[in-house]
Amino acid sequence: MPWVDAHGLSFDIAHSLAGLLVLVSFMMLYQDRLTALLHVLGLHAFVLALSVAWQAHIQAAPHLYITAGIALAFKALLIPYALRRMVFQMGLHREIETVGGIGLTMLAGIALVALSLEVMLPVTEHTDPVAREDIALALSVVLIGLLMMVTRRNAISQVVGFMSLENGINLAATGARGMPLVVEISVAFSILIAFIVVGVFLFRIRERFDTVDVSALDRSRGGQT
Amino acid sequence: MSIDPVAAILVIPLVAAAILAVLPGYRVGAGLNMVASLAALLFALTLLWERPATGPYLLVDDLNIVFVLLNCFIGFTTSTFSASYIGHELQIGRLKPIHLRFYHAMFQLMLFGMNLALLANNIGLMWVAVELATLTTVMMVGLYRTAEALEAAWKYFILGSVGIALALFGTILVYLAARPVVGEGLDAMIWTNLLKSAPYFDPSLLNIAFIFLLLGYGTKVGLAPLHAWLPDAHAEGPTPISAVLSGLLLNVALYALLRFKVLLAANPHAIAPGPLMIGLGLLSLIFAGFMLYRRRDIKRLFAYSSIEHMGIIVFAFGMAGPLGNFAGLLQMTMHSLTKSAIFFSVGHITQVKGTQSIDGIGGLTESHPLLGWALVAGVVAIIGLPPFGVFTSEFLVVSSTFARQPVLAVLLVGGLLLAFGALLLRVTDVAFGPIKGPVGPVHATYVPMFAHFALVLMAGVWLPPALVAWFQHVAALLG
Repeated sequence: MPWVDAHGLSFDIAHSLAGLLVLVSFMMLYQDRLTALLHVLGLHAFVLALSVAWQAHIQAAPHLYITAGIALAFKALLIPYALRRMVFQMGLHREIETVGGIGLTMLAGIALVALSLEVMLPVTEHTDPVAREDIALALSVVLIGLLMMVTRRNAISQVVGFMSLENGINLAATGARGMPLVVEISVAFSILIAFIVVGVFLFRIRERFDTVDVSALDRSRGGQT
Repeated sequence: MSIDPVAAILVIPLVAAAILAVLPGYRVGAGLNMVASLAALLFALTLLWERPATGPYLLVDDLNIVFVLLNCFIGFTTSTFSASYIGHELQIGRLKPIHLRFYHAMFQLMLFGMNLALLANNIGLMWVAVELATLTTVMMVGLYRTAEALEAAWKYFILGSVGIALALFGTILVYLAARPVVGEGLDAMIWTNLLKSAPYFDPSLLNIAFIFLLLGYGTKVGLAPLHAWLPDAHAEGPTPISAVLSGLLLNVALYALLRFKVLLAANPHAIAPGPLMIGLGLLSLIFAGFMLYRRRDIKRLFAYSSIEHMGIIVFAFGMAGPLGNFAGLLQMTMHSLTKSAIFFSVGHITQVKGTQSIDGIGGLTESHPLLGWALVAGVVAIIGLPPFGVFTSEFLVVSSTFARQPVLAVLLVGGLLLAFGALLLRVTDVAFGPIKGPVGPVHATYVPMFAHFALVLMAGVWLPPALVAWFQHVAALLG
């Protein structure tokens, strides 16, 4: 397979898709309703699926299509749908609060993107150009996912934050050309996410605590017990 | 011998987990749990004599034999303790038989995950195995289904997942660093290959990778400030799980970290991993030392003590050099044995007293002399007083640090004294003074607990020269 030259069309498409993923990550940060957040999550996974499929195409690595398929079927459709049903069953389709306000969170997100570009671009000079910028963008997605998990107090939004973080890692793994075990790792991650979602559902966090606001779970802090 | 011991160590827990998942009756289940753990331990022992060849996925070397043996040994003793502990939980109705089936299957699955992580020669496989071990422990932490247990499991789940995700990002970066040198594909994830070519890796990429790995696996080691899951998980899960969490799972994460540290040390242009590890280690030690004073829950108390000890161990490995690594290895072994034994005794105590609150427990040495004095002995051992083995290893850590970095040694000793005071205060509350709480007899076996204490005592009095030679050799490998 002839390797993609640094300024060809396939190179640009790979980067546009990765950049789009960062953009959708930002869209998550300002969603203040759970249902809307879940729609954006579906979009996030959809963009990831496109990006992975494109990598599969340009790297001529057919096994990556499996990862893309998992992203599409499981993460873009099934999980958001299951979470959406849960949100309605629990009667949570109302506003969710963020800590620190949306403006501040967005600024923090921008700072994180700047940070990851600043950190990753200089150190990846000697790797191939597609991986280089994919990794930098993937790190942005990971950090924004972390930011989301920190700023949201709601159990379901934390799951969404974690899933977006995990999408970023998938982007990095598929961007690293020839990385083995990518499919296995994406399956392992899907299992992890399925467990989280089933956990929220089975443990009936709302029923038990009458809320899915995790700050209400902080009852048994060490100091008081 | 015709059976491959490495395969046996992995297959036995896996098969046992499958059988235990469908086996009715908790007595049979607990028995099979013990038998399977014992069989794995026996096969692990054979590794001392014959060592299988290194493959692309699995590896046995001097470093991981120590971890595998410790893992299988404490796995076996904990399964023995668990058999009697679980019987009592069933009697008082905290658990139902169906939970126990799940519990036993998860226990073996966890041992499988940990053994796989320790034996993996492939950094991707190692990551998957650590994830598996984490998942199984999450489910066991939430076993009681109380609000607190669910909170603990949720916190552990989320923080553990974030840690694991960061570790994977670090693993990908290591692959990226290795690819130009080792070549594409599986070869660039095999640890032994990576070690051979590590001097030619791009150092800056390796540096960033190590930071992610340190944060990621460090979360699972329980290093401050990423430790928040650890006290809850220890306090709310069944006590046998607290014992394996402290005694084994923290070690497995530490082992993963050590493997990458060796890679970094092999590259002359990469940053020295030492200062980062020393910083995080000291922070954990001193932070846990202060936190110990405010604990009112006995399991939480010893969970913070685990954070403290992991801090010391990471500090020792950060100091590196033959002496630092030797001290770190010894400290890790001693901590695993002592802390799991302490959790065994705490398990008996909380079952008799029906509470984990320190305020509800008192005068143990009068009401239950054997148990009370065992706990006192455990605390004396864990705070590093002679004649126990922890004294030897902590003495080594402190003296080697004084020789090289006196300022760090002062901080280290300060942290040790903090924890010393706190644990001594709490254990006097529990073990002496007026008798508090029920004084019923203990229906459980003390054998695993005393076996651990005997080993720790022996290590303090006389370390077998063969063991010393082995640890010295491993310490040299760690650089």
